[in-house]
Amino acid sequence: MAELQEELKEKIIEQLSLEDVEVSEIGDDDPLFGDGLGLDSIDALELIVLLEKDYGIKLKDPKEGKAIFESINVMADYISKHRTK
Amino acid sequence: MEKFYISDFCSLRNNKVFKNGEEIYSDVASDSIKDFAKGLYKSLDLKYPKFHKMDELCKLGFLATEVLISQLENIDQDTALVLSNRASSLDTDRKHQVSIDDRANFYPSPAVFVYTLPNIIMGEISIKNKLKSENAFFVSEQFDPEFIANYSKALLQTGKASNVICGWVDLDNDKYDVFLAFLSKKGRKELTKKELNNLYNQ
Repeated sequence: MAELQEELKEKIIEQLSLEDVEVSEIGDDDPLFGDGLGLDSIDALELIVLLEKDYGIKLKDPKEGKAIFESINVMADYISKHRTK
Repeated sequence: MEKFYISDFCSLRNNKVFKNGEEIYSDVASDSIKDFAKGLYKSLDLKYPKFHKMDELCKLGFLATEVLISQLENIDQDTALVLSNRASSLDTDRKHQVSIDDRANFYPSPAVFVYTLPNIIMGEISIKNKLKSENAFFVSEQFDPEFIANYSKALLQTGKASNVICGWVDLDNDKYDVFLAFLSKKGRKELTKKELNNLYNQ
């Protein structure tokens, strides 16, 4: 799981162009939206694409993302249970 | 008829930045617009993480605006934006097209797609500077000083705006040409088609 968490942090930084953020600065339980990394709605859509492209997870309802993208830990847990690749 | 003036102007060309005719930044070593823009962003000491998410066209327009208004403590909220270019958002349109060409590998990026309109530049500038003003983006074969001057004057004369940031923000195939002017009721040069054209060609 720790490996997946690190992988997710690296992918998020690259995919969302978080140039001023280091992997070490993202806590496993930090909120990704709001006061945490400060991601926005376009970032949420980008994460939905990332789930499908890299892990074969297609969200039927984009609103599901709100819960799944709560933190790195929650995201990693969801991916490990639902990934198809 | 009331006169209006060009109080400041700037250009970004060939990895050099000029403000009011003087070179203020140069980075000829950078071989990409992304690197040039990042270097200029750092040199301006900006702290605006959203900058890194912008496409290259927006970065150029955003940075040119920051250069243009750097001497101002505040910018009036009703400062209008009147921009133009030749290639619209073609640079990003192409990137988006590549992401949807292959039906078997169809993953269009929302972060790319949102920039497939040139007027997004004005949205980015307005968000950063909290502008609530008139804005318009025009596409023409080349910089049209007469049209831009007349349109801007109309905004100033009718009280739709107290100032106008106008100009040309063009990018196509790694070639860019950016020129912006700040128009107001006082300034160094009278706003005319000829003067705007002279400054663009400096």
